[in-house]
Amino acid sequence: MSMNNETTKSHSIDISALGREQRSNTLADETICITTGNLNLYYGEKRALHDINLTIPEKKVSAFIGPSGCGKSTLLRCLNRMNDLVDGCRIEGNVQIDGNNIYDKNVDVSELRRRVGMVFQKPNPFPKTIYENVAYGLRLQGIKSRRTIDEVVEKSLRGAALWDEVKDRLHDSALGLSGGQQQRVVIARAIAIEPEVLLLDEPASALDPISTLKIEELITDLKERYTIVIVTHNMQQAARVSDYTAFMYMGEMIEFGDTDKIFTNPGKKQTEDYITGRYG
Amino acid sequence: MDKTNSGHHISQQFNSELEEIRSHVLAMGGLVEQQIRNAVQSLVEGDVPLAESVVSRDVEVNKAEVNIDEECTHIIARRQPAATDLRLVIAVIKTITDLERIGDQAERVARMGTRLAEVERPKNNYHELQNMGEHVARMVHGALDAFARSDVEMAISVSKQDEEVDQEYDGLMRQCLTFMMEDPRKITQMLDIMWAARAIERIGDHAKNICEYVIYLVKGKDVRHISIEQMEDEINK
Repeated sequence: MSMNNETTKSHSIDISALGREQRSNTLADETICITTGNLNLYYGEKRALHDINLTIPEKKVSAFIGPSGCGKSTLLRCLNRMNDLVDGCRIEGNVQIDGNNIYDKNVDVSELRRRVGMVFQKPNPFPKTIYENVAYGLRLQGIKSRRTIDEVVEKSLRGAALWDEVKDRLHDSALGLSGGQQQRVVIARAIAIEPEVLLLDEPASALDPISTLKIEELITDLKERYTIVIVTHNMQQAARVSDYTAFMYMGEMIEFGDTDKIFTNPGKKQTEDYITGRYG
Repeated sequence: MDKTNSGHHISQQFNSELEEIRSHVLAMGGLVEQQIRNAVQSLVEGDVPLAESVVSRDVEVNKAEVNIDEECTHIIARRQPAATDLRLVIAVIKTITDLERIGDQAERVARMGTRLAEVERPKNNYHELQNMGEHVARMVHGALDAFARSDVEMAISVSKQDEEVDQEYDGLMRQCLTFMMEDPRKITQMLDIMWAARAIERIGDHAKNICEYVIYLVKGKDVRHISIEQMEDEINK
């Protein structure tokens, strides 16, 4: 009965949402956070990335997809100079974050990695308490105030959608948590030092479906504050969480564009073949 | 570029499922086309048993729609199709809705056929209805052909014919009105003719809709609710 009353009360139905233009923001309208210019990467003689020119928008989720060995993780690692640690790795071209080339000689790499956080496929919490895991970056920065650290730990764990699950056992070992919880501890650790960019390298591939959904939900929340770049083997995951999708093949950037377009009407045949499962 | 590459899926099973819905749509389309031709023939020739068979076979059309819909639901649930596969499933779901409606219109024509069989026949034996009926049956055939071959050019040329059918319909309407004014005793019969003509005209609209889905399937572009000229511009963009 109450529903009937509702409908009779309001005769006018708001249809403004129906007539609204579809998502109108295209890549060209976005504020750019990261740009790569003719980026080439060699592992010894082998060229792993071919002239990558890419613009990654700020505070959006960009996903890299492509078959194994196509260079998507390599490209992701270029964005915070993780490849510096690989022997025989040589890079040409540039990567600019907020207009500054991160491969300039005078760039402080640890400062860069503070600004550009990274989360890996397998959760890698330190063998310490949950609290100490999240506080780790702050201690490295020399912050000593107990109150500040308490606040940041809570804020980060809330940001990683983990606070309610662990608030009563902050001083238990992080290794006692489930895989999905561990991954969120790692994300909390990454956001505790307030990076601008979060790089996620297959963050959910070692997790069960429910934990995966929680991580995906978290990614959607996090993009309000951070620019997120995610590498994933799971195409449906890329379709679910990302605003923009890049398809890579054999070290080349084949197509980068609006996720809706890539998954309904991609511009390149190679992209089409890959996302429909015809690549072989 | 033809972007509907239906072969070489890594999953053979998925491949055959997609092929299956494709061929089921064509089979349903064949049945519907036959229903149109039979319905018009029954009306033109006053063949009541044929008209009755059209009415009873509409059940088969409805069944086909339900079955194909279910197949599509399964593909979405199990395969999460993307790009051309996704567009195929969406185009199929929409196409069979229009085919089912065409089936209903054919049934309506057949029902008018049984009623008109009881009254005196005009000298030209419903020649205009026969022409219109043949015209829309060809349109449906062309739309299905365009679907089967992913042929955008053909989809456009079939869409263009809808206007001709509309003109034939307008002409027939004027004729019926004139007859009614001349002889009010003919009003009942003329109304039945108008209903049949209306149903046939609607079939043309549905055939045009199917052509629009073919363009969506092949080009990934939504060309509904725009003029034929805009449609051509959009495709050649």
